[in-house]
This record gives sequence, structure tokens and C-alpha cells, in this order.
Amino acid sequence: MQWGSVQAFFDMGGYAAYVWGSFGFTALAMLVEVVSLRRRASHLQDGQETGA
Amino acid sequence: MSSRINLYRFASPATFYPLAGRMIPWFSWAAGIFCLTGLFISFFVAPTDYQQGEAYRIIFIHVPAAWMSMFIYLVMAGYSALSLGLNARLSGMMAQSLAPTGAMFTALALITGSFWGKPMWGAWWVWDARLTSELILLFLYIGYLALHSAIDDPRRADRASALFALVGVVNVPIIYFSVKWWNTLHQGASVSLTRAPAMAHTMLMGMLVMALGFWMYSIAVVLMRVRCVMRERERDAAWLSALKEVE
Repeated sequence: MQWGSVQAFFDMGGYAAYVWGSFGFTALAMLVEVVSLRRRASHLQDGQETGA
Repeated sequence: MSSRINLYRFASPATFYPLAGRMIPWFSWAAGIFCLTGLFISFFVAPTDYQQGEAYRIIFIHVPAAWMSMFIYLVMAGYSALSLGLNARLSGMMAQSLAPTGAMFTALALITGSFWGKPMWGAWWVWDARLTSELILLFLYIGYLALHSAIDDPRRADRASALFALVGVVNVPIIYFSVKWWNTLHQGASVSLTRAPAMAHTMLMGMLVMALGFWMYSIAVVLMRVRCVMRERERDAAWLSALKEVE
């Protein structure tokens, strides 16, 4: 392992904003897609149960 | 039952709907395991790049996202061809369900690319052949979705957007070979089927594991979406109300 400390890990050799920005954006996009699909699915299920 | 009937059995929404529902948890778990393993390799196993420092770690999501953006388009075009040729309901639904995830990966490839380009090239964006053709891919996905939602009758929307998807597929080889055909700022392929990869094994491993994770994620998400599309389109179908009773 190449990280001397936790601080060094988060610092990413001075590229923290770019590296964490990329990974964060990707994680966020995937999370939003899954959550919105789950909501869409449960909404459809509810709509059918109430006969709407 | 003859085997010929069996082959087409899962092409019907009524049989595919419950099958997709059973497959989603498996693909979700696989996606989680591969993505976490990929992240671990990206940050703790792969060494620091001697030229790019730690910023190169962006490629562990950039490259798999770019692969997915092109691959999903090819699959979408394949389903579009099936839906045009065989007039199959499920194929049209699959193509429609693939587009948003493909668009998302295209956007992610562009965004993570610019996050890498800023520190490495000194520019968020350049009008290079690779970047421009990938941007056109994003517009193709958006155009496909806009066209599909602009037509009320879903079967007609399927046919029109299938044609659109098939015309747009010429862009995929242009993206793939752009770094060969033109003198681009974007670097050439580091991973190729025909020669040894030009990078450390652990780096390649991280990218491949992450790509597998994105694959599994895409399958799970597209299956979730196609189930929603089925419910929305076939609201009044007998098989859906029969399903409600067993649920």
C-alpha cells in the first residue's frame, strides 16, 4: 500500500478535487438512477393496488 | 412442448417480467461486489503512475464508463434491429430501457474525462475527434429518448426511434477508431484485443473489474426499467392483473 497516512489518501497527491470529484459524481449518478427507478416501480405498484 | 416454442418463450413480456424480477437481485449483488473490489484495486492495489501521479486513478471509472457508453449503444441498436425486423414488443421495450443508462455512462465518460483533462492537458475540453464523437453519442442518446417520448403510441415510437438508433450506430466505430484515424490529443487505446496491454497488470485488473461491475449494474438497472416500462405499457393486459393476484 502506497499511502503513508489517511491525510495522504484523501489528498490524492494534490489531485483530490479531480479524483474525488470524478468518483463522487459517478457514484451520485448511479445512486440517483437506482433510487428513481425504485420510486418509479413502487409508484406503479401502488397505483395498481388502488386501482388508479 | 417442442423446443422451438421454448426458444421464443422469454421473448414475451408475460414470461420475461417475472424472470427479470428474479434476476435483478443477482445482478445487483454482483455489481456491488465487483464495484467494491474495483474500488479497492483502484485505490489500494494499483501503484502511483510515474508520470501522472494520483490523477491517473480517474481512468478506473473513465475507461469502463466510456466502454459501457459505446457497448450499450450497440446493444440498443441490436434490439432496435430486432424490433424493426421481427416487430417484437419486448425488443422495443429493451431498446427504450437501455437508452437512459447509456446516456448516463456517456455523460460520466465526458465528465470524468474533463476532470482528468484539466490537470493533465490543462483544459476541461478540447474539440478533439475522440471527445467530439463521444459528445455526438450523448446527443444521439438524447435524440433517441426525445424522439421516443414525442410519439404517443409506444409501438410507433419504437419503430421511429429504432430507425434513429440504427442510423446513429455508425458513430460507434468512429469513436472507437478516432484515435487511429485522426491525430488526436486523446491518447490511443492502452487496452486492445490484439496486443498486450501497455500498463501495469494491477492497473489493467482494476479497470476490468470495474468494467465488470458497470456491466452488472447496467443489466440490473435496465431490467428494473424494462419492468416499469412493461407495467406502464401493458397496464390493461390480462397477464399483469393475473400477476397481481399471485404477488
